[in-house]
Amino acid sequence: MAQQIPLVDYLVLGDDPHLVANECTSCGARFFDRRNACASCEGTEFKRVDIPTTGEVRAFTIVSFAAPGIPVPFVAAVIDCEGTSVGANLINVTPDAEHVSLGMKVRLATEVIGTDDEGTEAVGFGFEPLGG
Amino acid sequence: MASASEELWILGIHMTKFGKHPDKDVVDLASEAVQGALADGGVTMKDMGIIGAGNLMGAAAPTGQMVQKQLGQTGIPVFNVSNACATGATALRVAAMAIKAGETDMGLAFGVEKLAGAGLLAGGSRSSDSNTWTPHGRYGAVAAVDGRIGTQTMPGVFAQIGMEYGHKYGGTSFELFAQISEKNHSHSTLNPLAAYTKKMTLEQIMGDVMIAYPNTRPMCSANCDGAAAAVVVSGSKLKTLSLEQQRRAVKISASILTTDPWEEACQILPNVNSLTRNAATQAYEQAGVSPSDLNLVELHDCFATAELVHYDNLMLCEQGGAVDFFKSGATWRDGKTPVNVSGGLESKGHPIAATGIANVWEVATHLRGEAGDRQIEGAKVGMTHVIGLGSACGVHILEKSAA
Repeated sequence: MAQQIPLVDYLVLGDDPHLVANECTSCGARFFDRRNACASCEGTEFKRVDIPTTGEVRAFTIVSFAAPGIPVPFVAAVIDCEGTSVGANLINVTPDAEHVSLGMKVRLATEVIGTDDEGTEAVGFGFEPLGG
Repeated sequence: MASASEELWILGIHMTKFGKHPDKDVVDLASEAVQGALADGGVTMKDMGIIGAGNLMGAAAPTGQMVQKQLGQTGIPVFNVSNACATGATALRVAAMAIKAGETDMGLAFGVEKLAGAGLLAGGSRSSDSNTWTPHGRYGAVAAVDGRIGTQTMPGVFAQIGMEYGHKYGGTSFELFAQISEKNHSHSTLNPLAAYTKKMTLEQIMGDVMIAYPNTRPMCSANCDGAAAAVVVSGSKLKTLSLEQQRRAVKISASILTTDPWEEACQILPNVNSLTRNAATQAYEQAGVSPSDLNLVELHDCFATAELVHYDNLMLCEQGGAVDFFKSGATWRDGKTPVNVSGGLESKGHPIAATGIANVWEVATHLRGEAGDRQIEGAKVGMTHVIGLGSACGVHILEKSAA
């Protein structure tokens, strides 16, 4: 199997791919990047937490124009993962208003987005419809 | 000299025609607006004690000083400001704060932008894809993430903001959002300064190029060139001016700027709701008016999906009631609370830094009874609203002079 690297450092690959966040130990606010202090309570202690891999689509758009190299149309969405909001594309679904709906249940899925000159695959993530 | 209890008034105000101005640069456009505002107020650069200058795309340039060199260098302090789509409102706040602080009794604010043909505006930075994956940036990204992990493009962000409202309260649809755009394009036919003044049918709007569902092209703000400027004066100084200047002056009953407080998800999808509601709450309190007192509102319809949520955020309707409020016809120019009678950003255009003063010009012009064919008869109180992602929200409440 080719070497893999996650698209972003808050995506953990392996047998059970999932997202991680920095959680403020005093108020529980979660951030996907580093903070000097919590934007909610100014606390300075954080711990790494796993984000649930299933959730519900709270908002979406179907984008028709994007930067070069990005296939369009694609679905961008906000997913409520059991109380933690995650921004991601919806994948493995036909990108139109008939197949995507507010409130639909989804789960995290990964996909290879490309291979570099050293043969390493970059792996991104999205959310796909749950069940069938 | 002015003081913290000092009233604030618009003495003179002007906006250029919005649209394509290939022969004019930023300085030309800003100077046209500033000269217009000075002439409208019957004053000159020598009367100004401060300048708040707004220009987003050239934020590193000394735009205020460039305009001074074009129109009159008097050595007064210039504050060049940049605050996304709230840049113009921020420039106005600078002049207002200087007067409130007692540093001067008259100040100038302007906003200018050259944006014609700018295309799609992204919110985040785009890193380039390299030949070997190397993590960089705050998220350790090995490739550009926009389009791979959601979207930071403006049409997509604001599309989700409208959809989120629909998910929370129900009743939204592609057609409903398109109807909001239909209203604004209809309003624009009466505004000679709008970039686009063509009436569009619902079918035309829905059948146009889809940019980011549910926003088609005419449901997006129009990138264009333009400038607007205002002269702000203290209440005590105004009393020393001519009766005609006092009669045409428009009272700034509230001038508010907010940023977004932390809330879950606010860093995933910008929460444009709370800071707008906070700004509106403060503005109503400062002005001592209620939403039902407003004769017209110019709000930040950067996309049709955004206009809907701001009916609610500005408390023009009950919480959760924006869909019914729109369907009642309240926001059409003959409705209970006319919204965006200028045509809004979707048709008047959105030269970013100019917008937060151009909307004040629109309301002030109605309050003065000088809006011609699109005059809202008997207008006495109006509100303006802008929001810049990041986020900053500017709200002003304006009142007709009793003089």
